[in-house]
Amino acid sequence: MNLHEYQGRVLFRAAGIPMPDGDVASTPSEAESIARRLGGTVVVKAQVHAGGRGKAGGVKLAPNPAEAAGAAEKILGMTIKGLVVHKVLVVPAAEIANEAYVGLIMDRASQRPVFMVSPAGGIDIEEVAAKTPEKIRRLSIDPRYGILPHQALGLAFFLYPDFAKARAAARIMEQLYSLFVANGCSLAEINPLVTTPEGKVLALDAKVSIDDNELDRRPDLAQLRDETAEEPSEVQARRANLTFIKLNGNVGCCVNGAGLAMATMDLVKYYGGEPANFLDIGGSSNPDKVVNALRIITSDPSVKAILFNIFGGITRTDDVANGIVTATRQFKVKVPIVIRLTGTNEKEAIRVLEAAGMQALSDMDEAVQKVVALVREAA
Amino acid sequence: MSIFADRRTRLLVQGITGRDGSFHSRQMLEYGTQIVAGVTPGKGGQVFESKVPVFNTVADAVAATGADATVIYVPPAGAAGAIFEAADAGLGLIVCITEGVPVMDMTRVLPYVRERGARLIGPNCPGLITPGQTKIGIIPGNICASGRVGLVSRSGTLTYEVVNHLTRNGIGQSTCVGIGGDPLNGTSFIDCLRAFQADPETEAIVMLGEIGGTDEQNAAVFVKEHVTKPVVGFIAGQTAPPGRRMGHAGAIISGASGTAMEKIAAFEAARVSVMKRPIDVVSLLKARLK
Repeated sequence: MNLHEYQGRVLFRAAGIPMPDGDVASTPSEAESIARRLGGTVVVKAQVHAGGRGKAGGVKLAPNPAEAAGAAEKILGMTIKGLVVHKVLVVPAAEIANEAYVGLIMDRASQRPVFMVSPAGGIDIEEVAAKTPEKIRRLSIDPRYGILPHQALGLAFFLYPDFAKARAAARIMEQLYSLFVANGCSLAEINPLVTTPEGKVLALDAKVSIDDNELDRRPDLAQLRDETAEEPSEVQARRANLTFIKLNGNVGCCVNGAGLAMATMDLVKYYGGEPANFLDIGGSSNPDKVVNALRIITSDPSVKAILFNIFGGITRTDDVANGIVTATRQFKVKVPIVIRLTGTNEKEAIRVLEAAGMQALSDMDEAVQKVVALVREAA
Repeated sequence: MSIFADRRTRLLVQGITGRDGSFHSRQMLEYGTQIVAGVTPGKGGQVFESKVPVFNTVADAVAATGADATVIYVPPAGAAGAIFEAADAGLGLIVCITEGVPVMDMTRVLPYVRERGARLIGPNCPGLITPGQTKIGIIPGNICASGRVGLVSRSGTLTYEVVNHLTRNGIGQSTCVGIGGDPLNGTSFIDCLRAFQADPETEAIVMLGEIGGTDEQNAAVFVKEHVTKPVVGFIAGQTAPPGRRMGHAGAIISGASGTAMEKIAAFEAARVSVMKRPIDVVSLLKARLK
């Protein structure tokens, strides 16, 4: 789960990382009063889960409170990469002498948190990594000991030759590591970390992603989720305990298991179709889950046919069959449904479907070819 | 023969009295797995299905029964604790089925397990099966058949799909291992490839990967350098959009890395025959085994 900058700043502040003052606003008048409190020139920043906010016009400089209100007026409601801006962050415009990058990620290869730092800050770090890899230093941290003082200082000297600044940056890295571990982060990034003309070291941005698996035991973090930044269908799916991702095609897919769901989407494409979604109904499926899944898939007007691909293991195929029949009784499904099921209780499943006038296939390729052909006919 | 587990494996089940644990323990018993003990704190002294003694702690269970492997069906919040306990009790094989284990927990679990010389499979995995001998986890026994193809996979039901094609076409399996869909797990593709290469009864290997991370790319390099047996591979997620977690926590394309294209290219460079569809496993294996 990605946090907004203003939410990340709350975690940064709790960890003691020095940042410019500032606050979040949902209306131009709120932005104006924050700017008045801060005094001087402020920056008004769109709070959306998208990179390139500046280029998209989502970051504006405002020399006084009235212009801060004007900037907020322009940014609030604006769409950046398909996402509507509902909040802006108002911070004082810092005078910047130097920009660096400090990031901490959960690294799959080393199975440890890994620091990445670069004196080339303020720009896309992947670009730096690709073009000038010598400007990046990486260090994997043993989670049993955390970041050791000499490690933090070593990384910090790579950013600043000056001892006072290096010591300040090392302290920030230790604080970043603490908050990373304490909040179950998969990413915590400061881009840019700046020095001011007076020699202060400050975090000018706060980018934090939380491991989704932490959220069950951390309701305080789970409540930071911004559902307005998501597809309504994906929010609906999550509430029904389904994993759903909307795509751009027209073949609705309902599958048990993530790997098989991806393979099903790929096979739809292989036979010339385009999947409308990824949907995993999970392991122990009850009929209600299937009803919810069908409701979500059919609410997408671009879906022209629906494919069920169920390989019963823990999932009982008769549960799925009952769910499909129940759903078609509860609401009208206007597009054709192709059902493939095999495995646990398949005989009972086929009986349930046939009693309701539906058929089931047992072969995945046959089912995918059939649903792709149906979509073609509908076009 | 097999890798990691066979008919001699003496299995303990952590969470045997829970909903999932009891259901799958019955299935494993039915398949012929030697379940010698169960563990549920507070339920020590009970007997599961009138044959499996239940203990309060893993150490008690190991001392009383000589169990040498464990399978874990406890909820995510307790899963890391269950793995620590199993490793501490000296079990050599720890299979964690639980989905949703926080990654931060795994950063502490993994070195602990390795320092004690144990093998962890998972978390978030279907476990493993050596057909005709033992199954540890949730892979349906009826779709597998004993034979000479080793299979390693990051997913559950996709494994069943592919195994089903194999069995129906008369291709049996030595061992099928699901290593799990999480970003940090105990056993990698390479660990399984090394074991299958060393297993005299395995003639060919099927490797089912997916988008996200670099485990498949590293596995391809390992195949090139160390595997002489034919390998057939598949990558799920060719149509997955970048930046989205496709069900499995580990199945996410970050930036330009971890894409299906990148992984397929790595497979091809290592002479791994790449399946375009799950069903292609049959023709590709037959061609490579000629």
